[in-house]
Amino acid sequence: MTIVDQTTKNIVRSAPSRLARLRDSDLWWSFTRHPSAVAAATLLLLLIGSAFFAPFITVQNPYDLASLDLLNAEIPPIWMEGGQWPFLLGTDTQGRDLLSAILYGSRASIVIGAASVAVSLIVGSSLGLVAGYYGKWADGLLMRAGDVLLSMPTMLIAILVSALARQALPPSLREVGASGVIVLAISLSAWVQYARTVRALTMVERNKEYVQAARLIRVPTWRILVKHILPNTTTPLLVTATLNFGLGILIEATLSFLGVGMPPEQPSLGTLIRIGNQYLFSGQWWIVLFPGLQLCLLVVSINVLGDWLRDALNPKLR
Amino acid sequence: MIAFLVKRIGNAILVMLTVAFFAFLIFRFLGDPVEMMVNESATQVERDELRTRLGLNDGFLAQYVRFVTNAAQGEFGLSWRNQQNVITLIADRFPATFELVIIATILSLAIGIPLGVFTAIGRGRWWAEGLQFSSIVGVSLPSFFVGIILILAFSVSLGWLPGYGRGEVVQLGWWSTGLLTPSGRAAVVLPALSLSLFQITLVMRLVRAEMLEILRADFIKFARARGVKRQALWFRHALKNCLMPVVTLTAMQVGNLIAFALVTETVFQWPGMGMLFMQAVTFVDIPVMAAYLCIVSFIFVTLNTFVDIAYAVIDPRLRAA
Repeated sequence: MTIVDQTTKNIVRSAPSRLARLRDSDLWWSFTRHPSAVAAATLLLLLIGSAFFAPFITVQNPYDLASLDLLNAEIPPIWMEGGQWPFLLGTDTQGRDLLSAILYGSRASIVIGAASVAVSLIVGSSLGLVAGYYGKWADGLLMRAGDVLLSMPTMLIAILVSALARQALPPSLREVGASGVIVLAISLSAWVQYARTVRALTMVERNKEYVQAARLIRVPTWRILVKHILPNTTTPLLVTATLNFGLGILIEATLSFLGVGMPPEQPSLGTLIRIGNQYLFSGQWWIVLFPGLQLCLLVVSINVLGDWLRDALNPKLR
Repeated sequence: MIAFLVKRIGNAILVMLTVAFFAFLIFRFLGDPVEMMVNESATQVERDELRTRLGLNDGFLAQYVRFVTNAAQGEFGLSWRNQQNVITLIADRFPATFELVIIATILSLAIGIPLGVFTAIGRGRWWAEGLQFSSIVGVSLPSFFVGIILILAFSVSLGWLPGYGRGEVVQLGWWSTGLLTPSGRAAVVLPALSLSLFQITLVMRLVRAEMLEILRADFIKFARARGVKRQALWFRHALKNCLMPVVTLTAMQVGNLIAFALVTETVFQWPGMGMLFMQAVTFVDIPVMAAYLCIVSFIFVTLNTFVDIAYAVIDPRLRAA
């Protein structure tokens, strides 16, 4: 009797917390076994942390014109001759501290990358659920639309949409709406990937017994879709979302570099590189090099994580 | 097979009509063509006359049909910026982009295939794993930054190669080529390298994956038992069997390369179609933008359809799809 009691207690007590469940999972085990994944995650946390706390750790707000001094323009990095405290990585042609500008720019990149993933994930998976569950014309329409969008390179669509939206928007909205336009331009073709994945999985899941059971007891359709089917599609979506986060950052930087992304008054790594590119042949290499390296570090750490995640979640490779 | 052909080609036409529809919307509704074509002092009567002459008062569908018919004959109207025929402008710039893309493709195969073979046969060794890891880095590098680094290293610091422009070109009929002059050949190296880096990593990872699979096959074991030399085994027996997917990837990626050339051309001031497009964007030259959109998607869709059909010819199982 006492033994049974003890066992029951043990079971009750050992209902693990979320953190404990994470630490006990296959994914965490695989994570600790891959030094490259741990390094990438640490680096990414550092980059994101420094970007979001930028206002507290930088020496100036580089996008507040009042804090800029043209006398400080074109100062080289501190370890070079002519370098000046506190401009660790030097300044650009308008006297902006480069390190501050990079951190502010990273913040914009991260926010835009994350927002584009969120928008395309929500739109893509809802459309995929509906198409996979109902089939018929909704399915046909969605897949045709996806075919058309995938028949064009993502980058080209993003450039076109962003360039055209700038013309179509009234001038007063162009600056405020720039980041929104970029998020839309990226999401416009990114949702297709999520929609296709969710659709394929939904078509498999909808015939399973647990869905039939739920239908028998008259669970509302939206609840079946969201609470029963959707959770079974999240694993492959996680990998796509991670890789698309990196891609989103890359596309934003490219758009801004080409001059169809963020307006020059707003922080962006791509814009910094574009400005620096004009001084490439006159010796101010640091204006272009450091923002570029920051961009590479961001995208590489995200992609290394995504690559690890894909292998770790692939049951065939276990 | 006939049904499959009809379906694939029908699909391609549908995609092209959709793209043309968007191009038409841009062309017709973003900015007023009449305002862009007349001079300041034109009277209202003259403007209305031009509007009628251009057919802008016709029904929506009629205008779309006319746009598609004209586009199919390569007629995209006049550039708003310099009043030149859009299709001549694009034809002028096409050879530059084409040469850049072809050389980038050759580079990606010439570098990517050997790297893929080496990383496959050296699996588990530090140098092969290092190469494999660096390919993730290669995929993540923004193509414009790669270009800038190349310019910084080989043009600004070392001064070995030109960092912008196309060098001297030779006219062969309407085609202008930079490959026949020393300065033209030197000028193409950096842009082609920067454009192909992404492609190199793609080819390398694909060849590696295919090689790993094929090296496990029975015919390879048999060949080894027969005493075939290792080099011959890798490069003749195994490699030949994994080239088919590489050919497919290469054909499909040409469209992507043309799109990405847009970025490379901007970095290197390469006078191709992409730079023409970016200039058109800056000056809101809508006819050029619409024409670029149509032509690039046409190349893209044609290539994809060809690859699909070629695959169906080779592998009958795919015809059902």
